[in-house]
Amino acid sequence: MTQEELLEIKADTSVDARGTSCPGPLLAAKKAIGTIDKGQIMEILSADEGTRNDIPKWCNKKGFECLGTLEESGFYKIYLKK
Amino acid sequence: MQQVTETQAVDFQKQIDALTAKVSTLEGMNQDQLSIAVVSGDFDKILAAMVISLGAAAMDTEVKLFFSFWALAALRDPKKSVAGKNFISKMFGIMLPKGKEKLKLSNMNMCGMGPRMIKSIMKKHGVLSLEEMFKQAGEFGIEITICEMSMDLMGIKKEELIDYPNMRFAGAVTFAGDMGESTSQLFI
Repeated sequence: MTQEELLEIKADTSVDARGTSCPGPLLAAKKAIGTIDKGQIMEILSADEGTRNDIPKWCNKKGFECLGTLEESGFYKIYLKK
Repeated sequence: MQQVTETQAVDFQKQIDALTAKVSTLEGMNQDQLSIAVVSGDFDKILAAMVISLGAAAMDTEVKLFFSFWALAALRDPKKSVAGKNFISKMFGIMLPKGKEKLKLSNMNMCGMGPRMIKSIMKKHGVLSLEEMFKQAGEFGIEITICEMSMDLMGIKKEELIDYPNMRFAGAVTFAGDMGESTSQLFI
């Protein structure tokens, strides 16, 4: 997905894990993924650089679709579709 | 073209059956599971074991930790104490760190200044504390197996260990078994 398309996305749920480092954001994402249905979109806010690379691997394993990452000032917004 | 005789065909069928049986056993053998032998009692090594475990658990990998020797100190509960220990056990009890907050760094310990510095940096960076990591590990169903033989050696009793939901006591055979069915094994 292009950055423009990502900007248009309306997430069904948002996980703000900016306060934690690896593996905190992934743990938060794992907890939150149970609250959304298949096909819904989750947004993860993380200031951790490692998480940006970890989330696509997690998606890959779990069969979720990682839509992409937006870089904000000092943190990332990672989008995935369950 | 050479004709395949009936005996040959039966032989082939037998071989195929044997192979199919073998493959299905092999497929069932290795689960998506991580086994870690946690032997070191250093703050940094326990931290590494917990971070890797939580990462794996978040990936839905089954995690089994086998705590042995120095690592047992990390599982002591500072609020608990046991009576009736013999002299050597008491001495060990005094010399070993009492719980995960008292662990030393494997490098740059500097009489306890190192761990204090690391902990404050961890806090600043939002890294979960060891206490919090053990709590999360419990929630994710990470299993901790404690080596009974090490407990005897170090004079550590079950009653002085932390409350952890998924804790069991066993020996090397149990860990060897866990390892055999795991896809990855680590020694920390």
